[in-house]
Amino acid sequence: MSAALAFELRLYVAGQTVKSLAACANLKRICEKHLAGQYRIEIIDLTKNPKLAAGDQILALPTLVRRLPKPVKKIIGDLSNEERVLVGLDVRPI
Amino acid sequence: MLALEFLVRGVTQYGEPGVFMMFEENAAELTANARSLGFDLDRLAARKKLILDHVYIERSEIEETGAYDLEGLFIRLGHAVDAIGAKRVVLDTVEALFSGLPNHAILRAELRRLFRWLKDRGLTAVITGERGEHSLTRYGLEEYVADCVIVLDQRIQEQISTRRLRVLKYRGSAHGTNEYPFLIGERGISVLPITSLRLDHPASAKRIPTGIARLDEMLGGKGVFRGSSVLVSGAPGTGKSSVGAKFADTACRRGERVLLFSYEESSAQIVRNMGSIGIDLEPWVKKGLLRIHASRPTLYGLEQHLVMMHDAVSDFRPSVVVVDPISNLSLHRNASEVRPTLMRLIDFLKQQQITTLFTSLTPGSGETLEDSQLGVSSLMDTWLLLRNVEFNGERNRTIYVLKSRGMAHSNQVREFVLGDKGIDLVDVYLGAERVLTGTARVAQEALEHAAAVLREEDHQRKLGRLANRQKEIGDQIAALRAEAEFEAAELAFTIARENGQQCTRQQSTHVMAQLRGADDAGPSGKQGKR
Repeated sequence: MSAALAFELRLYVAGQTVKSLAACANLKRICEKHLAGQYRIEIIDLTKNPKLAAGDQILALPTLVRRLPKPVKKIIGDLSNEERVLVGLDVRPI
Repeated sequence: MLALEFLVRGVTQYGEPGVFMMFEENAAELTANARSLGFDLDRLAARKKLILDHVYIERSEIEETGAYDLEGLFIRLGHAVDAIGAKRVVLDTVEALFSGLPNHAILRAELRRLFRWLKDRGLTAVITGERGEHSLTRYGLEEYVADCVIVLDQRIQEQISTRRLRVLKYRGSAHGTNEYPFLIGERGISVLPITSLRLDHPASAKRIPTGIARLDEMLGGKGVFRGSSVLVSGAPGTGKSSVGAKFADTACRRGERVLLFSYEESSAQIVRNMGSIGIDLEPWVKKGLLRIHASRPTLYGLEQHLVMMHDAVSDFRPSVVVVDPISNLSLHRNASEVRPTLMRLIDFLKQQQITTLFTSLTPGSGETLEDSQLGVSSLMDTWLLLRNVEFNGERNRTIYVLKSRGMAHSNQVREFVLGDKGIDLVDVYLGAERVLTGTARVAQEALEHAAAVLREEDHQRKLGRLANRQKEIGDQIAALRAEAEFEAAELAFTIARENGQQCTRQQSTHVMAQLRGADDAGPSGKQGKR
């Protein structure tokens, strides 16, 4: 159970753009591959909830925020570069 | 700072709410800074007129993993704008994005899109950027996407720094292309145009007295024109400040507001020193008619001084301004810079119909004082020259009107006397060959007086002599007349006597003829009838 909360990720996107969809797909794929069972993803569409953008200091989209474990890390882009996503999440590839 | 003022003024003066998006300072810091300028951002934020949004970018927390855009920024901005219906947006400083995000190609494209987006939404945006080494902005983008580029910089010259502003481009408007100095003061930013574009200030025909009656006499009897500029120049100790103070005093007496800029003495010192010559400025200060603005000339650059004067004048709205002395403003400056800046000041004051009196220190005492080293004399309407005349072991002040536009003025030198009753002008001795002042004048006058007395006595004597002579002649006439009468009487007597003799002779002839029996018609008879 505790392992499931080890990674709390939040993906900020703006609507159903190509980049947003790519980021979603990439994130899910990477997480399933490296963090199976230890993560939780929350997808926030800023076009629906623009207030939330200020909270995590979102500038670029899509942005993936690693809320847990601390410290908070941000990964911007469509997450197509798997290696860098893992560096950003501080996850060693298995 | 400029951006902030733009925003705050927008809210307070034009009712246009604004969004301030900052990338460097956070909201608390900005609020604190703004307070020093007199802007209360908290209050504006509470009234939903202003949103401060701090965008924080930390490079170390960010990992790039592929294509992205700045939609997040757009959404944030868009949300903030929508929340208060903002018309104005400030982004300070977009350069921070470049240091935060490594992919400049994307940034560049996105910023261009941002500008486009702002424009489409009808928002006025001020975007600040740091100046690059060779280009206007470090990343060289604002220049071609913005409609208006304003360049600010700070230059240090002769140890005095001046902030300058220049409108580099402004699409669809005729803008001044010069560099304008500006000042961040207590009330925000003030900009002063380097020269006004037009020369069309109104000219008043009203005269105002200078407070020195004899001086007014010299200026065509009525003083100077309202709204004109007067230059009082002279060597040290010739009484320039006193003339200025008297002028201020007189204006206050008329109930007008006077602003006195002093660059030599503090306000308390002025009040004390002027008290010694019978000019009491203190009541005016207390009444609020006179404001003395004393500051060190080296405090700012010349431009900033002018901006400061500009501010003070706009704030106090005086009808008379006295600057004592302008020559101090030009410390460390060359004349080519001083002239246009002073021209600007004079121009500004003239536009406001403010009568100005400048004093200017000219070096030395015996040299050609007609040359004011500031080169501003041609800008002045009236120029009074105070001059020390050293003669006969003493030094005396003289005053003359070098020029005075639009009025008949005296070309005569007057002696200028500072006493405990104030300022007075005395006629100098105008001899055939020279002008005398001070004791020399007094001595000369005494001499003249003595000569006059002598002459007077002489006349009396001559008159007396004349009277005597007249009497004498009169007597002679009487004597002669008596003589004539005597002679006439004598003559009458002689005639009478001779007639008597003849009569007697005729009678005796007649008697003789009768005796001889001659006839009547004889010649002797006729003779006898005569």
